[in-house]
Amino acid sequence: MIHFVLLISRQGKVRLTKWYSPYSQKERTKVIRELSGLILTRGPKLCNFVEWRGYKVVYKRYASLYFCMCSDQDDNELEILEIIHHFVEILDRYFGSVCELDLIFNFHKAYYILDELLIAGELQESSKKTVARLIAAQDALVEAAKEQASSLSTIIAQATK
Amino acid sequence: MNPFSSGTRLRDMIRSIRGCKTAAEERAVVRKECAAIRAAVSENDQDYRHRNLAKLMFIHMLGYPTHFGQMECLKSIASPGFPEKRIGYLGLMLLLDERQEVLMLVTNSIKQDLNHTNQYIVGLALCALGNICSAEMARDLAPEVERLLQFRDPNIRKKAALCTIRIIRKVPDLAENFINSAASLLKEKHHGVLLTGVQLCTDLCKVSSEALEYFRKKCTEGVVKVLKDLANSPYAPEYDIAGITDPFLHIRLLKFLRVLGQGDVDTSDCMNDILAQVATKTEPNKNAGNAILYECVATIMSIEDNGGLRVLAINILGRFLSNRDNNIRYVALNMLMRAITVDSQAVQRHRATILECVKDSDASIRKRALELVYVLVNESNVKPLTKELIDYLEVSEPEFRGDLTAKICSIVEKFSPEKIWYIDQMLKVLSEAGNYVKDEVWHALIVVTTNASNLHGYAVRSLYRLVQTAGDQEILVRVAVWCIGEYGDMLVNNTGFLDMEEPITVTESDAVDVVETAIKRHSSDLTSRAMCLVALLKLSSRFPSCSVRINDVIVQYKGSLVLELQQRALEFSAIVDKHRNIRSTLVERMPVLDEATYSGRRAGSVPAVVSTSQGAPINLPNGVAKTTSAPLVDLLDLSSDDVPVPSSSGGDFLQDLLGVDLSPSLSQTDTNQAQKRGTDVLLDLLSIGTPPAQSNSSIPEMVSPSDDSKSAINVLEQLSSPSAPAGGVSTPPGSSPMMDLLDGFAPKPENNVPAYPSIVAFESSTLQVTFNFSKQPGNQQTTIIEANFSNKTFDAYTDFIFQAAVPKFLQLHLDPASSDTLPASGNGSISQKLRITNSQHGKKSLVMRIRIGYKSNNKDMLEEGQINNFPRGL
Repeated sequence: MIHFVLLISRQGKVRLTKWYSPYSQKERTKVIRELSGLILTRGPKLCNFVEWRGYKVVYKRYASLYFCMCSDQDDNELEILEIIHHFVEILDRYFGSVCELDLIFNFHKAYYILDELLIAGELQESSKKTVARLIAAQDALVEAAKEQASSLSTIIAQATK
Repeated sequence: MNPFSSGTRLRDMIRSIRGCKTAAEERAVVRKECAAIRAAVSENDQDYRHRNLAKLMFIHMLGYPTHFGQMECLKSIASPGFPEKRIGYLGLMLLLDERQEVLMLVTNSIKQDLNHTNQYIVGLALCALGNICSAEMARDLAPEVERLLQFRDPNIRKKAALCTIRIIRKVPDLAENFINSAASLLKEKHHGVLLTGVQLCTDLCKVSSEALEYFRKKCTEGVVKVLKDLANSPYAPEYDIAGITDPFLHIRLLKFLRVLGQGDVDTSDCMNDILAQVATKTEPNKNAGNAILYECVATIMSIEDNGGLRVLAINILGRFLSNRDNNIRYVALNMLMRAITVDSQAVQRHRATILECVKDSDASIRKRALELVYVLVNESNVKPLTKELIDYLEVSEPEFRGDLTAKICSIVEKFSPEKIWYIDQMLKVLSEAGNYVKDEVWHALIVVTTNASNLHGYAVRSLYRLVQTAGDQEILVRVAVWCIGEYGDMLVNNTGFLDMEEPITVTESDAVDVVETAIKRHSSDLTSRAMCLVALLKLSSRFPSCSVRINDVIVQYKGSLVLELQQRALEFSAIVDKHRNIRSTLVERMPVLDEATYSGRRAGSVPAVVSTSQGAPINLPNGVAKTTSAPLVDLLDLSSDDVPVPSSSGGDFLQDLLGVDLSPSLSQTDTNQAQKRGTDVLLDLLSIGTPPAQSNSSIPEMVSPSDDSKSAINVLEQLSSPSAPAGGVSTPPGSSPMMDLLDGFAPKPENNVPAYPSIVAFESSTLQVTFNFSKQPGNQQTTIIEANFSNKTFDAYTDFIFQAAVPKFLQLHLDPASSDTLPASGNGSISQKLRITNSQHGKKSLVMRIRIGYKSNNKDMLEEGQINNFPRGL
């Protein structure tokens, strides 16, 4: 099981956190601080796994961002690495060659995508296409509601003028 | 007016936060935004709720408090539109965790959304439930989720399956309800549903043996067929990764087969063919392929024996181990660790490669490899392996040395074929990384050395040589100083010279030089200095020609600010100076320390020592509370028992001598106490010096002025009087230690309170229980136990109840506990007094069965155990 997902920038800034096991707010900050110290200092040629508090943290660097997932000791580390890559590819397709800025300004979108990929710390979907389709459908629902709201508000605005 | 375009937009807020140059600036922006959001919250502004929540989440990610937004999430979830619900659920998952009570309020909204007609809203509710539900919510909403496992849209079914995993992890009792619907998911074609369905079945098997039996009987063949079809499937672009169709599904199926096959021969047979196919056909050139192979090997190692498959698996691991990719090497080491229980011979074959990995530049790989080497060691290969590890110790990085040293010491202690080899290896470790060696390791080295009477000379000469080159290793110096103090004459006379040794000439003053350098070294701590003083005292008798010089060194410490040193210096210089006639008997060689007693002590009392450093009640090594009577017991041990000195109390001497490092905190805070300790030391010295011939003399004889004991008491008198003013306390003559000693003879010996070491009575991953013992004077049958509970997790425990049961010959009385809540992470403890009366005192020792119940995270926990390690004689 994946206990949490972290996206940390090269400078140690947090870009996304998702917790599937209960950690209090204080513990979360501590975990992030500990792990960024551990991971950001590792050299480029080393393996992508760090043992930490009896768990394994699998991380991979994409440009300026570190994608980290914390899994149980006996989980398949290579698969977690593949899940990270899967997530990145979906982000890439959604944003069109994703960069850190996309994830900063549209952080909620990144969360929506992650929610279509993982639930309860387990993988939900192995098809990138299906995830993209589901996200697009939900985005469309939001757009429709927005349009409706704006048309309503213009009507109201006009009526009260 | 468009509600989505006025005020500061989310984008603008992020931009202005990013534009901040200092942390103070950022805080100001965040404060302003939070104020605006709070205002909107209190006005119950619905138009901006959506955006305010998004802003709050961003602020939350930066680490600012956002609890005031929690209710907004609930409101947003309760509103009818999809966009509001979507952001509401996101906020719920981000801003809350399952421990917050607010979460209870959302149960009803989630229930309604699970029954919503819009499948995307159902999906949102399932996702939130799967990510943060608590045990209570799981119970409340399980029927809804079970129904959704049969929902028409596969995307809902897969979400429901993962949600079920969360539910059964929280409430394992619910597992049985889901077995049938989970089994039907295995027949699906949709990869998402299949993927999650297989995962659900695997998790069900973990919590319910009934489920495991069911799936084994009904589903094994089906799962094997799904894997076969998947492995042979033609190119499927939607699921293809590096030429393999859906590696994620592959891995989950293999994992499920592992659970099914473990411990069941028939089921294991059933999957042999497909496992062989996956192991041979999967391309190992990309990460996805390797991930599948890795999982396949894990499955082969876990299912019931099939020789052919195992060979295949070990070969795959061999290939992995020689791979240039660090990730692959890491997982190979990881898996070899599991393989060693299955086929240790095959793993031994890769020993050389594994040893290379210990020296890797990557800390993760080094750590794995070291663990593996540690389990690979046996009697036959311990010598070459240890040599390799020690060689590497010389060049290893400082942060790795601690781990490495601990492992080497443990290997050497466990497997050493002969004492000389043990001593050699330990000395090498001490001279390379002495400062990483734990106390009990070098204590053990001393014990072993005293026991090897033919190696005394060898050991002291080797140590002398090493100290010349590695004098900066404090622990090495301590051992050397101890041995020179004991066996200094052997060093000088080359006694017990072994053929392999290089000849060495050491003069008496050379030997004293070593100790003098050590005591004067700037970095020496109190323990080392105290040991040096004792060594000097001993040398003064071994080398009478140097005794003036030695006294000069000792005298310098008369003015030491550390009371322990000051007092010892005073005492010792008095002995060197004024009592030549008894000096040689006083500082005779230590009796051989009993290895069995020491190792027993180590097992029993090391945890107690650890607890002392954490601030628990302090246990002095030679007596618990009533220090005055403890030395008396020591004396009685010697004089009244017929048991020869070494075996009965040899261990005590060691403790007394080595226990020095425990005392500084005490001696500085409590002068009175320290004074009593001072007498202890003397008494111990006395007891060492007492010739065995005296061991039959009874107590009164000790007091009656026979020649020997009179002079001994004189010494006492001499020493105790100067020590009192030195400590800055004017002691009334009646309470001088010597009087204590005499007073101690008046009451009957039965009234003395022997000290028992405290024990760790029970320990699990979540909880530790330690017992401290005391006896009521005059009642040997009754033991008072003080139980201390401490919490090892991050969660506080409530409703804490400790129960205990004892056999019939014991009577147990439990006093109320100090509290029923136990703070997290050992920040405090509960203590409870137990009174046990042993009607078979002296014949049977105590046993106890315990049960501990508490609530953690509102979950009832129960732990049970039996305690057999009570100290003897209770």
